[in-house]
Amino acid sequence: MSESESNNKIIIARDVHKWFGHFHALRGVSLDVQRGEVVVIFGPSGSGKSTFLRTLNRLEDHDRGDIIIDGIELTNDIRNIEAIRMEIGMVFQSFNLFPHLTVLQNITLAPTWVRKWSRQQAEAKAMELLERVGIPEQARKFPAQLSGGQQQRVAIARALAMQPRIMLFDEPTSALDPEMIKEVLDVMTDLAESGMTMLVVTHEMGFARGVAHRMVFFDEGKIVEEGTPKQIFQNPQQERTQLFLSQILH
Amino acid sequence: MATQSQISSDILKPPATQVGVVGWLRRNLFSTWYNALLTLLALYVIYLITKSIFDFVTTANWGVVTNNLSLFMVGRYPADQVWRVKTSVSIFVFLIGASWAMWRGVAQSVAILLAAIFTAAAILPFATNDRLWMAGNLALVGVGFSVGYFTRARRVLVSAWLLSLPVIAILLYGVGALPQVSTNLWGGLLLTLALALVSSVASFPLGVLLAVGRQSTYPALRAFCVGYIELIRGVPLITVIFMMQIMLPLFLPSEITVERVMRAMAGFTIFTAAYIAEVVRGGLQAIPRGQIEAAHALGLNSILTLLLIILPQALRITIPALMGQFISLFKDTSLVAIVGLLDLAGIATAAANQPEFLGRQAEVYVFIALIYFVFAYGISHSSRRLERSLGVGER
Repeated sequence: MSESESNNKIIIARDVHKWFGHFHALRGVSLDVQRGEVVVIFGPSGSGKSTFLRTLNRLEDHDRGDIIIDGIELTNDIRNIEAIRMEIGMVFQSFNLFPHLTVLQNITLAPTWVRKWSRQQAEAKAMELLERVGIPEQARKFPAQLSGGQQQRVAIARALAMQPRIMLFDEPTSALDPEMIKEVLDVMTDLAESGMTMLVVTHEMGFARGVAHRMVFFDEGKIVEEGTPKQIFQNPQQERTQLFLSQILH
Repeated sequence: MATQSQISSDILKPPATQVGVVGWLRRNLFSTWYNALLTLLALYVIYLITKSIFDFVTTANWGVVTNNLSLFMVGRYPADQVWRVKTSVSIFVFLIGASWAMWRGVAQSVAILLAAIFTAAAILPFATNDRLWMAGNLALVGVGFSVGYFTRARRVLVSAWLLSLPVIAILLYGVGALPQVSTNLWGGLLLTLALALVSSVASFPLGVLLAVGRQSTYPALRAFCVGYIELIRGVPLITVIFMMQIMLPLFLPSEITVERVMRAMAGFTIFTAAYIAEVVRGGLQAIPRGQIEAAHALGLNSILTLLLIILPQALRITIPALMGQFISLFKDTSLVAIVGLLDLAGIATAAANQPEFLGRQAEVYVFIALIYFVFAYGISHSSRRLERSLGVGER
């Protein structure tokens, strides 16, 4: 990883700022992510971690700074935005499955309309992904007929169907009942082991400890501290990091 | 009454708390002196209503309806060309029969309703020819059903439906070899249905566009849509129809003349579109922001997001309100009588004024009320079937 480090960076964010009205949500965030790296982002609510994630695929536009995804700079050019969104999959806290479409249609929609795959090709890929997330038998059901954990796994399969190079997870287990969290984390662990580049906003410290290559602590719109899980858990440098960890690790 | 309760008490023993008809009456209708008084009063009112209905039914002379049936149905459409209207109806009946076999759902409701109407009409004392034609259509529902059931050619049926609208329009209006029948001659139920159908079909896409435009991020487009919707919703329908009758020719070059019926259609379309826009806007606003974000995150552009994600959900939740709009449009077509068009309501007034049927208004208006009711109920019932088959409120 070390010799070709500069062109191996799939995400480069430099001094990213974002304002919501008068509220300064991101205050100069810089973060580089390597291909295949799994980065866990954590921090108190309102610290800007979700907002930062959402600037990466332009669900929020940043007001200052540069974001370069896989060599393409994120600007107001709509074609750039669409090109970048095709490379980035996103999984939301509230799943956001399309309720009027079946599980299979949810997954095949974007590949057929955006990637212009044939229906057979898209369905074959969708079934393969449903197999991978462990619920192929649910393909013909509607999202409302599934449990939360199953819905989130469909959402992951839907994002993967576009064959993205980066996956963003915005608190993927926060809306789930405790007994369903594991089934989603298992799928994410499996995905990380397959070499996917992942940015995960989560408070699941067990997942971070076991899977993450790097952990990033956000507070008040800034990155306060980053390091390997070992560094963060055993020897956090910043007082705020120590305080936050002591609050969430009982 | 007494014998009936005797029989039912023999078959099924009432529970101990139930003490027969007399006990029930005493408990529910005559428990106190004022309840007894109210019961007697109510009985008297029921008697009056029943008596007047009975008097009307026994003395009614339906000659005004049966003799003018073609006037009620097609107005002044030339008698030697009426076969074109009949063919159009038969095309529709056949397609509905086939759709019933293939899709069930809404088509089934409509087909059963039509079959009921044809059966009723074939039994009622209309002219023999008309009754035979009604019976023929009843048979045609069955023929359509069989064809649909045995062929199962869904694609063909969809194309046939799409093709049927222009075919029926050409058949009725006349192009080329068919002598033209100006819409000025259309009347009665034909005119009512033509106005309602054309205005519904035209106002729906216009209304959806206005609703989407009102949500647009482009200020000029948004301002135009808001202006249009608020202006039209701020004026009565009658003024819109008058405007279209009187003002439209002033704006158009003199060599272009638009028939009065077309002008009325334009008026209804413009008016209904504004209301549909507001109904659809309600649906659009009910779609959570997360749906749009998920679609964008998958790489769908704004147009695809609108067409594939937002509109299908928004329109589905607005079906009940949309159908309400179409029902009111259907009934509001009766307003064209004031600009001199003889739709069903206009014909009714004319028929009631015929010297040989003087004093027979009641029969006329009962008859057309029944027609309006059957169609309005049909729309409302189909809408509920549609909601159920689309799973509204379930997912």
